[in-house]
Amino acid sequence: MAKLEAKVPSGPLADKWRRHKTEIKLVNPANKRKYEIIVVGAGLAGSAAAASLAELGYKVRCFVFHDSPRRAHSIAAQGGINAAKNYQNDGDSVHRLFYDTIKGGDYRAREANVHRLAEVSVNIIDQCAAQGVPFAREYDGLLANRSFGGAQVSRTFYARGQTGQQLLLGAYSALSRMVGAGGVELHTDSEMLDLVVVNGHAKGIIVRDLVTGVIRRHNADAVILATGGYGNVFNLSTYARGSNATAIWRAYKRGACFGNPCYTQIHPTCIPVSGDYQSKLTLMSESLRNDGRIWVPKKKENRLKKPTDIPEADRDYYLERIYPSFGNLCPRDVASRAAKRMCDEGRGVGESGLGVYLDFSDAIKRLGESGVRERYGNLFDIYHEITAESAYQTPMRIFPAVHYTMGGLWVDYNLMSNLPGLFVLGEANFSDHGANRLGASALMQGLADGYFVIPYTVSDYLAGQKPGSRPSIDNAEFAQAEENVTAMTKRLLSINGKEPVSHFHKRLGRIMWEFCGMARTKPGLELALQQIPALREEFWRNVKVPGSAATLNQSLEQAGRVADFLELGELMCRDALTREESCGGHFREEHQYEDGECKRDDEKFGHVAAWEYQGEDVAPLRNTEPLNYEFTKMSVRSYK
Amino acid sequence: MVSERSSKEFFAVTLRVWRQAGPSASGRFVDYPATNVSPDMSFLELLDVVNDGLTVKDEEPIAFAHDCREGICGTCSCTINGKPHGPGHGIATCQLYMRSFKDGDTIIVEPFRARAFPLVKDLVTDRSAFDRIQQAGGFISVRTGAAPDANSIPVPKDDADLAMDAATCIGCGACVAACKNASAMLFVAAKVSHLGLMPQGQPERDKRVLAMVQAMDEAGFGNCTNQYECSAVCPKLITHDFIARMNRDYVKALFKAKFKPVSSASGGAG
Amino acid sequence: MNLLGALFQSSIGKKLLMAVTGLVLVGFVTGHLVGNLQIFLPPAKINTYGHMLESLGAGLWAIRLFLLACVAIHLWLAFKLTAENRAARPQGYGVEHTNRATLASRVMLRSGIVVLVFLVYHLGHFTLRVQHPEWSEHTFRLADNTMVRDVYRMTVQGFNSAGISCFYLLGVGLLAYHLNHGLVSMCQTLGLKNERWTTGLERASAAFCWLYFLGNAVIPLSVRGWLPVLSGLIQR
Ligand SMILES: Cc1cc2nc3c(=O)[nH]c(=O)nc-3n(C[C@H](O)[C@H](O)[C@H](O)COP(=O)(O)OP(=O)(O)OC[C@H]3O[C@@H](n4cnc5c(N)ncnc54)[C@H](O)[C@@H]3O)c2cc1C
Ligand code: SF4
Ligand code: FES
Repeated sequence: MAKLEAKVPSGPLADKWRRHKTEIKLVNPANKRKYEIIVVGAGLAGSAAAASLAELGYKVRCFVFHDSPRRAHSIAAQGGINAAKNYQNDGDSVHRLFYDTIKGGDYRAREANVHRLAEVSVNIIDQCAAQGVPFAREYDGLLANRSFGGAQVSRTFYARGQTGQQLLLGAYSALSRMVGAGGVELHTDSEMLDLVVVNGHAKGIIVRDLVTGVIRRHNADAVILATGGYGNVFNLSTYARGSNATAIWRAYKRGACFGNPCYTQIHPTCIPVSGDYQSKLTLMSESLRNDGRIWVPKKKENRLKKPTDIPEADRDYYLERIYPSFGNLCPRDVASRAAKRMCDEGRGVGESGLGVYLDFSDAIKRLGESGVRERYGNLFDIYHEITAESAYQTPMRIFPAVHYTMGGLWVDYNLMSNLPGLFVLGEANFSDHGANRLGASALMQGLADGYFVIPYTVSDYLAGQKPGSRPSIDNAEFAQAEENVTAMTKRLLSINGKEPVSHFHKRLGRIMWEFCGMARTKPGLELALQQIPALREEFWRNVKVPGSAATLNQSLEQAGRVADFLELGELMCRDALTREESCGGHFREEHQYEDGECKRDDEKFGHVAAWEYQGEDVAPLRNTEPLNYEFTKMSVRSYK
Repeated sequence: MVSERSSKEFFAVTLRVWRQAGPSASGRFVDYPATNVSPDMSFLELLDVVNDGLTVKDEEPIAFAHDCREGICGTCSCTINGKPHGPGHGIATCQLYMRSFKDGDTIIVEPFRARAFPLVKDLVTDRSAFDRIQQAGGFISVRTGAAPDANSIPVPKDDADLAMDAATCIGCGACVAACKNASAMLFVAAKVSHLGLMPQGQPERDKRVLAMVQAMDEAGFGNCTNQYECSAVCPKLITHDFIARMNRDYVKALFKAKFKPVSSASGGAG
Repeated sequence: MNLLGALFQSSIGKKLLMAVTGLVLVGFVTGHLVGNLQIFLPPAKINTYGHMLESLGAGLWAIRLFLLACVAIHLWLAFKLTAENRAARPQGYGVEHTNRATLASRVMLRSGIVVLVFLVYHLGHFTLRVQHPEWSEHTFRLADNTMVRDVYRMTVQGFNSAGISCFYLLGVGLLAYHLNHGLVSMCQTLGLKNERWTTGLERASAAFCWLYFLGNAVIPLSVRGWLPVLSGLIQR
């Protein structure tokens, strides 16, 4: 059984991080270059970490499966990044951001981590502005803010609708600088396929060069995973096609615990699915909800009518009706579930009945078409490109889609997993968002982890490791891990079945969406737990992976990732089944209030579930880390 | 997810795709008929479908680069009917929908072509030259934790907006692919201008433009002949004004490097 | 970086030299045209002007050498840049497609080469007088009795042949065409252009090129008696 020590420092909440930083063990500057650190991933979290660690003098090797670090999925984030700067003087503070995040996460995050996140949020904006990130400005030249995703203060910093891109390019520029200076050795087109654990410590990885197919061993004093989220287990999601769980999944199979795998965020404003060929769901920024009004027809029979022909009196602006104080701006999970309920009642719009209207006609009346164009023009263009419909003339159709995974590898306060030497940052860890993430908080967390947490906490571990003590790659554990990877590759190529990888991915996605999506039930999850292993068995018998292992082989890459999803999906369902409560992004129909809101069970489930691998086809072990709320009261989360 | 039935007509096209097994293999066009094409399908989704068909027939699928599929990561990179990113305006390949084509069309699909972007396989090329340019100087040197309060550096809104226009570059390389000379000026100019327009970027402004242009030249791109094919295909519609701006910056920097007095402490004797 | 090295080796440096030498040559051809238009004044004017230039002596040679150097650099860079540009795309596209590059911009090397041939011919024709050594003997008496070379007569005789006149028209036509891309392009290279005044700049450049062409064209046309009013001004 894994030892889960959260290592939260003692003392008052607001002093913990400051005190921890002064108490942490340091590595002598002259010794830093004797330590090698592997960073897998160069999204916000990975780039920030690799650059900052190299600046400190550590020797860093950074691996990405992309052809350039700048392509990490962080690039796609649109809306913005939160920080408790209170530049708007509207009553924001570190404490308020902390509180909003804890509450938004439905009281399932670790208090101390979230407080630290709120504290360093202000430094992130400073850092990024100094890097030249072109944040939106007011006419006085100072930074502009907007309110975002269920916050009652304006604390979101943004760069048009491309905040993630600009922040990533900032982090990428810092990383590029260190690559140019020789502090970071960059390996692009390199996919980590296994973690090497020596004497219980993470000491290296096995990497496949995606262009040449060569498999190599890499050793280090510490390994950092910043490989992003695993929402593609649902096949259709707002993630990039390449986003995957492989790195964290293989680490899990080497002993790292997986925290809260079932917490999945479903984003309410995405473009509905149009056909079976569909590969991707496109997010329409949440900022649209600031001016758009969401509705469905009051009567079922109107659902296929032209929306502009439905009179005002026959429209149900259900969010405004049910949540008068937050209205269209209520948190994502709440809005998504409400949309699902409307569709379940048969009032969903569009041919499939899986859609609700997001209507800008009032905004157009108020601001004029040009006013709306100025704010949302690019989003309306995207919508038009995809659907060939003009949202200036007819309401958009939107539907929820998988968008973020709050779960991830379990980490302590230092962001180290239960495997010493293995650190996990960004979306890949489970740490700061509890059961639900607030808008504009993922970018904040990724950069907080990378720029401002790991540079301190890694030394706490390294100070205990003798310089130069990292095991050699000739070590038996390395050989075994490499063998493991080679064998899997060979096996995938040799099955020679009848169906392409995508076939299995789509089927898995359907099971997950149906049974482990927006609303989950015991019988549904139990069914999924039968269907997924069966599908997995079929995959290993009937998948067709053409080509060879010695060149670029995208089918092979995809096959490996889907193989992992087929296992992870099962763990997610298992976690969802065991968590007999509803909280944030985990909604069990059995546990709800009469109005359909989440009914938590703090008594029984006020803890983190950290799953521990026990071997192939053996049920994993469910460890728990109790969440001790010392400073906030777990209360019912209400947005009415 | 249950799919929405499209009320629109399905149609058929032929994809004529450049197939090349590796950098040193010889390549050729191969025709792939595609039926049941929905107008709501994206071009890359059609490639997915064709690839699944090839896989089942035991043929190697077409390798093509893609990731985000929403026009922001800059991974996708096909030249379609001679135009990088295809017939649209201001979009990347992944944002191209089949409704742009009609029944019976033959669609010719080639990789981005430039010496500085060596071919990897089929439609995939190696664009790491862009990263090398960035590593040479595409940054503002600020150590983590060393930044002053963000609002202590006001940036005039117009400059910030213009910098943002330049910063939207997704690093796709279409500008290079479209340029008759395979020049990377639009990309480099966008980078140089983004940082050069911000007050934060001033201390390293001269050094940056000199270093980045040098790295660009070393990578083997061609020279700009001011024909603006680049900005015509740029998915982010980045203007070639930034090229003019970079030219100016470059010349200024060159002359300053030659004639500006240097402190003896900086070792700049020569 | 070494300034000269950068100018001659970096891509932008080369373009800059191209622009600057181009600018010098534009200045030259413009001045040249203005001088030539004196053909429509009484012969004494242009002959005085010709004499003034010839009397510059070493200065004239300095100017000539400078101009030749500009031509040489412009030419050498044109070939070098083109060669580099071709090498930058060893494997071309199956479908060649042009989005907005103008024809003028795509035939710069070709229009330039014809202009070069024209230039060489022109130098041989009027400056070295290869075909007509007798032109060197023609003199003209100015009002103060100085005897100077009769440039006026030389020009008039020079356009005696319809073929030569047509070649001149072609030469200056292509030069104007070359300049039409060259002028705007030069502003871009020198960083003196942006989209807010591009349209104005393009129009000004087109107007300049048309004026340049027409200004040059009227000379042979008038000499040959093909232009009603202007032809009457020429004294045969
Ligand atoms: C469409 C969209 C919009 C969003 N908008 C917002 C927003 O407005 N505000 C907000 O706060 N958040 C937003 N988010 C969430 C946020 O963008 C992500 O959670 C965050 O960027 C994740 O960053 P990361 O660094 O953890 O991972 P990523 O950016 O996903 O980076 C993962 C990195 O790991 C590498 N990698 C992965 N696996 C391997 C492997 N096996 N081997 C080698 N390398 C590997 C990849 O190459 C990549 O470099 C949005 C997300 C999406 C999908
Ligand atoms: S400038 Fe435009 S075309 Fe060139 S890399 Fe950037 S986004 Fe692509
Ligand atoms: S796939 Fe990301 S830009 Fe096209």
